[in-house]
Amino acid sequence: MKELLEHIARSLVDHPEAVSVNEVEGEHSVILELKVSEDDMGKVIGKQGRIAKAIRTVMKASAIRENKRVVVEIIQ
Amino acid sequence: MLRSITKEAKTVDEAIRQALEELGIDKDQAEIEIISEGNKGLLGLIGSKNAVVKVTEKLNIELIVQEFLEPIFEKMAIEADMEITMEDGQMNIRLTGDDIGIVIGRRGETLDALQYLLSLVINRYTQDYTRVILDVADYRKKRAETLQRLARRVAEKVSRTRRNITLEAMNPYERRIIHSSLQGFPNVDTHSVGEEPNRKVVIRYAPGSGK
Repeated sequence: MKELLEHIARSLVDHPEAVSVNEVEGEHSVILELKVSEDDMGKVIGKQGRIAKAIRTVMKASAIRENKRVVVEIIQ
Repeated sequence: MLRSITKEAKTVDEAIRQALEELGIDKDQAEIEIISEGNKGLLGLIGSKNAVVKVTEKLNIELIVQEFLEPIFEKMAIEADMEITMEDGQMNIRLTGDDIGIVIGRRGETLDALQYLLSLVINRYTQDYTRVILDVADYRKKRAETLQRLARRVAEKVSRTRRNITLEAMNPYERRIIHSSLQGFPNVDTHSVGEEPNRKVVIRYAPGSGK
């Protein structure tokens, strides 16, 4: 899941090299902490969180096959 | 953004070769502009001028779309065929394949999210805004027909009972289908209330309208 989130985030930002994801695996859920360059925060959050919401929706659908709940957190 | 470099060398061919190498692309992936042919000068000594070329990476939209979607489909464990067509600055991407309902999601939620992200990615590369429509088989077309039928049915009820009816929450794209399909419908009008993502269309009894 980590690689997929990295891929999506890198496709959206100006500084793909600054994208990193930390994966915290639980029994039934995975928490993915997404970190991007400060300049790129808007590119992964969007107006009223619209981009962040779309990223979460796609990640959620991608996790269905693994039967896990994915939580995407964007951290500073 | 598309990369572009200008190279100077003894000959045009040499300049192109160096530029392509630096960009790491093949000739058919590039747009080449010869700025100066250069010239050998007298005896290759006096007045010789280098050739100058400008090499720009060609935009390969199909590749961008594929590179973005493929890892996602891989995770979803599906194989989808992609058909991309351009039409008046609008890009239509139609996906087909077995068991790809997962791409649509609940009420098209996943499809809308993917479409939105894809349009952000594509518009990073293009100068003019490109509208992107992502569809699975004929999901959107069928959904539009369903919404149009719903709109007419509810509008008839509103005009008969003279009571306003609020539809369930819909995304902007779906609300637009409702609004436009009831334009000119007698004795009702439509507007939206509430905040995204719970914005709803109200079909209102409005005697005399739509004539």
